[in-house]
Amino acid sequence: MLRYIGRRLLGAIPVLWGVATLVFVIMRLLPGDPAALMLSESGGSAQAIAELRNELGLDESVLIQYGRYLARLAQADLGTSLFTQRPVITTIAEQLPSTIELAIAAMLVAVILGNALGILAAAKQGTWLEGSIMTGAVVGISIPIFWSATLLIWLFALVLGWLPATGQGGFRYLILPALVLGFASAGAITRLVRASLLEVLDQDFVRTARAKGLASRTILFRHALKRAFIPVTSMIGLQFGFLLGGTVVIETIFSRPGIGRLMVNAILWKDLPLVQGVVLLVALVYTLVNLATDVVYAYLDPRIRYG
Amino acid sequence: MAKRRFAIPTRKTVPRHEYAPRPRRGLRANPAALLALGILLLVAVALVAAPLIAPYDPLAMAPAQQFLPPSWEHPAGTDLFGRDVAARVLYGGRLSLGIAMLAVPLAAIPGTILGLLAGYYGHRVDRVVSWLIDVMLAFPSILLALTLIAVLGTGAINVALAVGLAGIPQYARLVRGQALTVRRQPYVRAAWTVGCTHRRIILRHILPNVIGPIIVLATLDVGWAILNASALSFLGLGVQPPTPEWGTMLNEGRGFLRDAPWVTAAPGLAIALTVLSVNLLGDALRDSLDPRLRNRG
Repeated sequence: MLRYIGRRLLGAIPVLWGVATLVFVIMRLLPGDPAALMLSESGGSAQAIAELRNELGLDESVLIQYGRYLARLAQADLGTSLFTQRPVITTIAEQLPSTIELAIAAMLVAVILGNALGILAAAKQGTWLEGSIMTGAVVGISIPIFWSATLLIWLFALVLGWLPATGQGGFRYLILPALVLGFASAGAITRLVRASLLEVLDQDFVRTARAKGLASRTILFRHALKRAFIPVTSMIGLQFGFLLGGTVVIETIFSRPGIGRLMVNAILWKDLPLVQGVVLLVALVYTLVNLATDVVYAYLDPRIRYG
Repeated sequence: MAKRRFAIPTRKTVPRHEYAPRPRRGLRANPAALLALGILLLVAVALVAAPLIAPYDPLAMAPAQQFLPPSWEHPAGTDLFGRDVAARVLYGGRLSLGIAMLAVPLAAIPGTILGLLAGYYGHRVDRVVSWLIDVMLAFPSILLALTLIAVLGTGAINVALAVGLAGIPQYARLVRGQALTVRRQPYVRAAWTVGCTHRRIILRHILPNVIGPIIVLATLDVGWAILNASALSFLGLGVQPPTPEWGTMLNEGRGFLRDAPWVTAAPGLAIALTVLSVNLLGDALRDSLDPRLRNRG
């Protein structure tokens, strides 16, 4: 197992290098002068643009810039935000806990709801209950989260007055954002859990278990679920990326601090070092989460480890 | 026997047609997909004919008619500037769907080419392409789109570009896997043996055999593209006001939820209904293409 983890960690290095390079390419090689772009909002003079170019090292050749960029990344130096004039890494570190709180809460909603509904749909195959759960799941993945968020704010905050509409501070403020984000992801998980479970229930070992007279419940929870969860594990890793992306919208709507909202603001401020920092960080987190799910996957399914 | 709370369907309880080789009945056998197709056709006709059926000019302001609730005169009410919401939804849909229709080929064509090259040639080509796919998949797609917007700037074309380019790895990964299997088929070996060029084998023998899953993914991707593009506009980073677009309209209306919920209801419903129809159609296409995948999520 340790050997497998080590192999996967080594395998992540070229991907992370690629991530850093892709971000560099997008930031530097696309049309236009980054310095002029960054100062376009404030109507910067030619001299100010020249100074910024100098400061960012844009006068050097692209190759030298790239080398410096990688060297600074290796020291976890993400540069200075143009807007706040503070190190990007500090700005991100301040906003990160709020996003992690939201992502974990939403993940819990998605995993609990998605698994419960998926199991129920598979166990009640062919009934109206399965039909309604699956309809709900496809509706769930089709509704844009910015609209479901708007609807829930309207209902629970404006009409009923049960929960605060926006802001942060304690559990009450976390409920609506986590539900909205979690629901969207729960739909996808429900569909996969049901499909995976139905496939397992059709296999020979389930028939054997039935033949020796085990109760349906025992077969479902003891035998089938363990097998059915294997593909679900990797799906949950992918859904985490969806949730991270979703925080951009959710944090903006609910006026919550966090790196999603920071990203939107950084784009509006044309603060490219900040944009770059947030993207790099999210990609790093996402890569590590996927790595972790792969390890869990390998733990559940020994065929992977030795494959 | 005790009453079972969870009746596990074994082969005996499953209706005969569930496991008998199913004839390819296509979409006709699926009422939900037919309904979805009907809705999509209706939406398409309505959007194309928007100038003919829209009751008002989507940009015409009438301050005296601010925030009128839905009525016979204004079926979806009016917004902050007294503009007719129904007309704006119709015109906005042209842009929202137009962006998605542009974004999907922008993802599908390069993604398919990359996947074909990797799957067919294997070895070094495959290693480079697979690495590229892994790198692009390390970003949540909306974040990659946001990064591109940060550099490209806002506007409908840039949104389509950003959403499209961010979708490339999905296609590349799918096509690569398919091409890897097809490459080993006897007919491809036969084509090699009779001296077909690589180009001919890829275009005449591999591509036609992997096109099915690509079409399914592209269909489902239309829904994703609509969601992602309207999310960008909703954040103020896509189509800019006063141009109507579904995401932009939701953003404009959300400040007035208490007094005028209809301003956000109409575009929200429009997105949800369109994406739902696209998803149902995509699911049905996948089922009819490969019945074995019928239960796949």
